[in-house]
Amino acid sequence: MSAKTPMLRMDGINKVFPGVKALTNVNFRLFPGEVHALMGENGAGKSTLVKVLTGVYASDGGTVTLEGKPIQITTPLEAQEFGISTVYQEVNLCPNLSVAENIFVGREPRKRGRIDWKEINRRAEELLSTRLNLNIDVTRELDSYSVAIQQMIAIARSLNVSAKVLILDEPTSSLDTNEVEQLFAVIRKLKSEGLAIVFISHFLDQIYEISDRITVLRNGNWIGEYMTKELPRLELVSKMIGKELDVLAEASSNKRIFKGGESFLQADQVYKKGKIQPFDLNMNRGEIVGLAGLLGSGRSELARLLFGADKSDGGTIKINGKKVSLNSPKQAITNGIAFSSENRKTEGIIGDLSIRENMILAIQGVKGWFRYIPRKKQNEIVDEYIKLLNINPPNPEQLIKNLSGGNQQKVLLARWLITNPELLILDEPTRGIDVGAKAEIQKLMLSLSEKGMSILFISAELEEILRTCQRIAVLRDHEKVSELENDNGITQQDIMKEMAGGM
Amino acid sequence: MLKRLNINYKHLPILVTVGLFILMYIFGSMRYTGFMSSQVFLNLFINNAFLIILAVGMTFVILTGGIDLSVGSVIALTSMVAADLIMNAQLSPWLVIPISLLVGTTLGLINGCIIHFFNIQPFIVTLAGLFLARGLAYLINIESIAITDPFFDFMAKTRIPIGDSFISISVVIALVVVLIGVYLAHYTNFGRTVYAIGGSEQSAVLMGLPVGRTKILIYTFSGFCASLAGLVFTFYMLSGYALHANGMELDVIASVVIGGTLLTGGVGYVAGSVIGVLILGVIQTIIIFEGTLSSWWTKIAIGVLVLAFIVFQRILVVRSNVKKAAGANNVDIKESSPPLKTKSM
Amino acid sequence: MIKSRLFWPILVLVLILLLNLFFDPGFFSVEVRGGHLTGSLIDILNRGAPLILIAIGMTLVIATAGIDLSVGSVVAMAGAMAAFVVSKPGLSDDSLVPLFTALALAIGLSVVAGMWNGLLVSRIGVQPIVATLILMVAGRGIAQLITNGQILTIYYEPYSFVGGGYLLMLPFSIFIVAAVLALALFLTRKTSIGLFIESVGSNPEASRLTGLNSKNILLMVYIFSGFCAGIGGIILSSNVSAADGNNAGLWFELDAILAVVIGGTSLMGGKFHLMGTVIGALIIQSLTTTIYSIGIPPEVNLVVKAVVVLIVCLLQSPEFRKKVLGGLKSKANRDAKGVA
Repeated sequence: MSAKTPMLRMDGINKVFPGVKALTNVNFRLFPGEVHALMGENGAGKSTLVKVLTGVYASDGGTVTLEGKPIQITTPLEAQEFGISTVYQEVNLCPNLSVAENIFVGREPRKRGRIDWKEINRRAEELLSTRLNLNIDVTRELDSYSVAIQQMIAIARSLNVSAKVLILDEPTSSLDTNEVEQLFAVIRKLKSEGLAIVFISHFLDQIYEISDRITVLRNGNWIGEYMTKELPRLELVSKMIGKELDVLAEASSNKRIFKGGESFLQADQVYKKGKIQPFDLNMNRGEIVGLAGLLGSGRSELARLLFGADKSDGGTIKINGKKVSLNSPKQAITNGIAFSSENRKTEGIIGDLSIRENMILAIQGVKGWFRYIPRKKQNEIVDEYIKLLNINPPNPEQLIKNLSGGNQQKVLLARWLITNPELLILDEPTRGIDVGAKAEIQKLMLSLSEKGMSILFISAELEEILRTCQRIAVLRDHEKVSELENDNGITQQDIMKEMAGGM
Repeated sequence: MLKRLNINYKHLPILVTVGLFILMYIFGSMRYTGFMSSQVFLNLFINNAFLIILAVGMTFVILTGGIDLSVGSVIALTSMVAADLIMNAQLSPWLVIPISLLVGTTLGLINGCIIHFFNIQPFIVTLAGLFLARGLAYLINIESIAITDPFFDFMAKTRIPIGDSFISISVVIALVVVLIGVYLAHYTNFGRTVYAIGGSEQSAVLMGLPVGRTKILIYTFSGFCASLAGLVFTFYMLSGYALHANGMELDVIASVVIGGTLLTGGVGYVAGSVIGVLILGVIQTIIIFEGTLSSWWTKIAIGVLVLAFIVFQRILVVRSNVKKAAGANNVDIKESSPPLKTKSM
Repeated sequence: MIKSRLFWPILVLVLILLLNLFFDPGFFSVEVRGGHLTGSLIDILNRGAPLILIAIGMTLVIATAGIDLSVGSVVAMAGAMAAFVVSKPGLSDDSLVPLFTALALAIGLSVVAGMWNGLLVSRIGVQPIVATLILMVAGRGIAQLITNGQILTIYYEPYSFVGGGYLLMLPFSIFIVAAVLALALFLTRKTSIGLFIESVGSNPEASRLTGLNSKNILLMVYIFSGFCAGIGGIILSSNVSAADGNNAGLWFELDAILAVVIGGTSLMGGKFHLMGTVIGALIIQSLTTTIYSIGIPPEVNLVVKAVVVLIVCLLQSPEFRKKVLGGLKSKANRDAKGVA
């Protein structure tokens, strides 16, 4: 299959954003009749690469060649004209237009200057049935169909633009098993017709089921290109998270053995459809539990259910042995739970407000409208935490949006510590912050747990989890697959095996 | 039940609109003698020709999820420009009409450019347009200018007979605008892009549709419609006055909403808005026939109708979201969406 | 901080007032006439009272990233309600019962109107523009319903005191404004409401995840906006001793929005500046007074307002700053935002 020359090559692609090198000398080859998986963790550069390829971003160096000819892609429209089409996870079609129109809008067939609706409907029906094996009423609105079918319709639109390269960006993340199978059937058919397909997904099982070739990126660097058959899962995971296998084999040095503590929270078969399969989880007082798993494995989804940020579809949660309902963050907070989201900017900081205001927001939320903490008291609390957490600049009236990521994270931590929670859920608290701040946050977690707080710690960095957690729950493909005690020589490799699965 | 009748829930608002119009008309006919005459019906068009024209332009704006608050003021400005040019500058009507039409079109173009290029909310931009147009109208003249011109007289007073009854030239103009609007909306690229933007602007951009150009064009078109409506209004009043059409933007928005167009954009029909205008007309007619009811009941009735439609639309949106969520999670596709037949491969 | 934020609005206000001095050397003089302080400055404060009140309410609504288009109609409704009570013939000026009945009914009606808006926005989830549009249309109808389509004239003296009376040599309406402003400042600075409003307006999702109940916050600001508009309506009707359901408070919503924006509160929600709003309202009022006093046709006011709205919004638009003022560093941008 791969004996042919590549249909598309990207060589030495560089992309710089102010202050960040998003892509450094990245190569990418696409062969006709192949599914090529693009793999990498958060911030690896997958989406940047796709955006360069589709003309959303201009590259800062490197060449793109299509069928042997060098090309310049500067707008998404140009990319489409070259035959490069993208189907995103969030279906980028118009829900209010009919299926047929979604396929043809912008390029409607005309008769005497006016849009020929009969022809549109006829061609849409033909396209869907011959190329995607889909027989549906094309005159109905798009949003009367399921996401899976909308996905197919998006593919149909791409095909109609005479696609040579089809990019599927996380197409399966909101599909169920049957729908994924349906989509894969279509992908195989298109592949056999000679299309070159880029497939991005965080489901390892799916990558191994559908892809022929894998390119791995990490931190904007090109790690390598491999044939899927020749790349064991564990090796793929280690390449993605950047640990060589021999290093991984070393046992972590500073294990902490949990000294025991009564149970604070018990989750029993809690689940949310399409987000996380039913899981059990027990959180003891004074214990740090790590949640490990690849991006999109359901880590954050699990945490959000425990905090009431999303409503669960079923299962029970007990706190101190008593059944509670956690349908809103407010309820969770009253029950002594705190949650710091992984999306610091959109779900954490209130950008227009000062350090002080951001810090006291949660405790003030608990106290309500009229028990306003006097300004003097506020200053005392805030000064204490600025010192404790070493926040820079130590000016409580500084707007939080002007702080560095690490300092913003510390302010958010302080926001929750002030409420004196019994369970603190930290979703990627150390992502994108400098090493010093990272170490400080880890140290803080340890000292908090010694005082009896239980902490649920989500991190993509396994060494961090090994260093701080007593117990590690591993997630894969939206399911909690195992729970490991971090006591007897567990290594990163052991966790990775669980994360990769299928070994 | 709806499924059995094969009525899409999205067409529900416009069906309700049509039903409402018919019901109100029947109510009027049964209650008042003389209501059921063809002239009373045609008067709905004669008295609201300018509103119909405005509604066509506004429908396009609202279909993209925008709003144009400047239309009432543009009517006043157009009437002033026309009256001033014809009475004081003594220009020929053949010059005055194109100039007047340019007034609103230009203002609409400016509105559209500011909205698109600087990404400022349409609400606030057209609000400034509202102030500006009315202020300019006042600058031309504070007093009302009566128009005595043979051409304007002709446009105002000509009766086109239909059976025993008649319509005015303005009605013909309005109906032509409606036809153009329907054609634009359903048979041109421009119209479909308008719907696509209303459905999802981001998707429209990614689909490679000319979103920016279309957005500028719809405000230009709305400005043009407002100017044309201004001329028709001038024929109707035979005067130019800066206080003309005060607050009419609200009547137009109300008509469009009552006509079944979603204020969030993407769903609605030009024809629906026309019926929305007619419903407003029927309310006024009923109040006139009733005799004892005062004019402010019109406003209250319009408010109640707008409320009913907006709450109705919210319920539809919530219901369709629930439906979608169920669809996304349902393991069996067949249950939650129309039958899906997969050919064996 | 406060200084720099209020600097530009105050400068504009001062410039407008100085312009008056140029045309009328006696502009700043304040005289005692008949036991009352009189003069152009007092006049601006007095006439600006309803607008200041309404703009204060509007500020809180806009801080939550909302808008209240119904305030003009609420002004008309409240005025009509109060006039309905006190315009009855044969009321004795000695009894204060009609006065308090009128005030209670008018304020009650406007609070109900605000609650109506708030419920539509917070519980049913209607966009603020749309939700308040309903009352903007229907409110005038209701006002005319109350006045029975007439312009009600008020001969009852105690009521006229509210908008036309004097206390301690100053117009009484100034005291009302001060009281409402004090209430607003108290609610937003001495309780956590102000913090919550800014939080919900700045980042609704993060606020939810911090455990704030944004629904009640939204409901509260619309009720407060209705309350302010109601008091504004009372002052206005008392001032002219009449209630006109059709024209009272016409275009107040636009002036109020303008005052808020000039005062430095962004239409995108978040930080709000009550004192800035007050100065914004004073700018609008002095602009009107100036245009009258220097003999420009008053209608130019509309054109000026349009231009001001546009300039302020353009300065707030990131795209405008990038495209037109491009090249300026982000600090300059922040300053520009602080000014706008």
